[in-house]
Amino acid sequence: MSRTDVRKTYKLYIGGAFPRSESGRTYLVETADGTTANASKASRKDARDAVGAARKAFGGWSGRTAYNRGQVVYRVAEVLESRRAQFEAELVGAGSAAAQAGVEVDAAVDRLVWYAGWTDKIAQVHGSANPVAGPYFNHSAPEPAGVVAVVAPASPLLGLVSVVAPLIAVGNTCVVIASQPAPLVAIAFAEVLATSDVPGGVVNILTGDAAEIAPWLASHMDVNGLDLTGVDDADLARDLEVAAADNLKRIRRAGVEDLAASPALDRMTTFLETKTVWHPMGL
Amino acid sequence: MTRGSRLRCRRIWGAHYADPVSTTTQSTLADVTASDATLRRFLHGLPGVDQVGADQRAAGLGSRSIKTSSKKWALDLAISMVDLTTLEGMDTPGKVRALCSKAMRPDPADPSCPHTAAVCVYGDMVGIAKQALQGSPVHVASVATAFPSGRASRTVRLEDTAEAASAGADEIDMVIDRGAFLAGRYLQVFDDIVAVKQACGAVHLKVIFETGELQTYDNVRRASWLAMLAGAHFIKTSTGKIQPAATLPVTMVMVEAVRDFRAATGRQVGVKPAGGIRSSKDAITYLVMVNETAGPDWLTPDWFRFGASSLLNDLLMQRTKMATGRYSGADYFTLD
Repeated sequence: MSRTDVRKTYKLYIGGAFPRSESGRTYLVETADGTTANASKASRKDARDAVGAARKAFGGWSGRTAYNRGQVVYRVAEVLESRRAQFEAELVGAGSAAAQAGVEVDAAVDRLVWYAGWTDKIAQVHGSANPVAGPYFNHSAPEPAGVVAVVAPASPLLGLVSVVAPLIAVGNTCVVIASQPAPLVAIAFAEVLATSDVPGGVVNILTGDAAEIAPWLASHMDVNGLDLTGVDDADLARDLEVAAADNLKRIRRAGVEDLAASPALDRMTTFLETKTVWHPMGL
Repeated sequence: MTRGSRLRCRRIWGAHYADPVSTTTQSTLADVTASDATLRRFLHGLPGVDQVGADQRAAGLGSRSIKTSSKKWALDLAISMVDLTTLEGMDTPGKVRALCSKAMRPDPADPSCPHTAAVCVYGDMVGIAKQALQGSPVHVASVATAFPSGRASRTVRLEDTAEAASAGADEIDMVIDRGAFLAGRYLQVFDDIVAVKQACGAVHLKVIFETGELQTYDNVRRASWLAMLAGAHFIKTSTGKIQPAATLPVTMVMVEAVRDFRAATGRQVGVKPAGGIRSSKDAITYLVMVNETAGPDWLTPDWFRFGASSLLNDLLMQRTKMATGRYSGADYFTLD
């Protein structure tokens, strides 16, 4: 007996749910096997809702112990590993060679594990005990900046993981505009996030036109950081930086980088703020 | 939907909009409060509210889209209708003063932003609020009559009212005895309201029903008529201490009641939904509902109010978004 195809509708990922764009718009995505898919084309109101969801999730997520955040990020790696076959197929659909797809899934899982390990160590490496001229302990400790808006790089899986994992590892929440030509992998990754104990709203993924949505996020007064890794248009990048300056957002500037290389700590530290406390000694 | 069922729907809707007092003249309205029996006969003679129809009508009004200059006007109107409220056990004079300065200048960065209608506080804070608001057009509203439960003897409740009024409150928000109302002792509730009104003197009286405890829309309609017959200037949904607080259909039933009451008696009564209205979108939906149900006569702070605290910040954020073209954030507005 023949069976009806069950086709997936690719939607957005906001606040732990998968809504269609408020605008009802979609755009065509070409896949390698010659079929086309409709991805949601997010509007400024979807971006606004995503920022609201990220803000709501920030208190709980940043308040968790670093150890617990590490467990959750590791859990994302576990679930991604167990869905390896699906992601290899998704990557092939997005244009990767079969051998390359396996390598990219490996790298994405490894990167998640790497950042999972850093959650409870970044404060030791990046914080300090400061000698002061008085009877006080003086500590500087890194704290997450808040809600970070991200334009993800074109690399559909490894690029997305490389920008999201460091943000959530240190306790930020984020709104990510996925790669415009390959958004389906990003929404498949959202399904991984949704099933791996990452609270709703910690990561929000929008698909659509970055040039349309990003200016609203860059000027949004309730967004604390802006990661422009995926912006390849220099004029747009400059405009976004200018808009972001109004409320002194922390910015990671646009620029080509080798995502396959081992990461440094800068993706975590860019979106950290330093809190220094004085504590009386000998009491 | 078949033709028959469509007509049936229309008939139910028709009942929902029937004029409850089409046969009642002003002179007979005076008689209904003569005794408990006549009052009960009148209140139970009011047409029932079709709950499904009311919910559906309210949901339909909620889907209206208000944009650009209309939205701007609606936001300013909503700000000017807010009764900025703090009713907590932990209220301090400092918090009340902060609230008063926010009521006078909700957005200190923008002088064109209207002031709110009133601040709403407990009776013992009236003097402080009055002093802080000196010379401004913002009113001081005080809750009274053993708010929020109303569970005290009439003497105590009247004393509470008189004290708030003599401290300088411009408006008194009283609660009805829900126990007596639900037990069917309508005349007792009526006499309570009359007595409190007397204790208020010239001060405006708002009557709180706590609709979350009244169970049915029929009861909300009865309570509305009861309070209006007793002379209330405003009828108010809730204390904000009970869930559910104000909802759109409940407020719509009350707005229908004030519309019908004016048609029957010529006296206009205001409506104040309180509690649970947190977003600008909600507030604008209420304004649409008032306009569609009772008409633009009620679209002023004299006849429609929002009892709220967090709503004001959302209205200000929306207003700022319209002025600057970028989304605003909660960090840029005071918490209280």
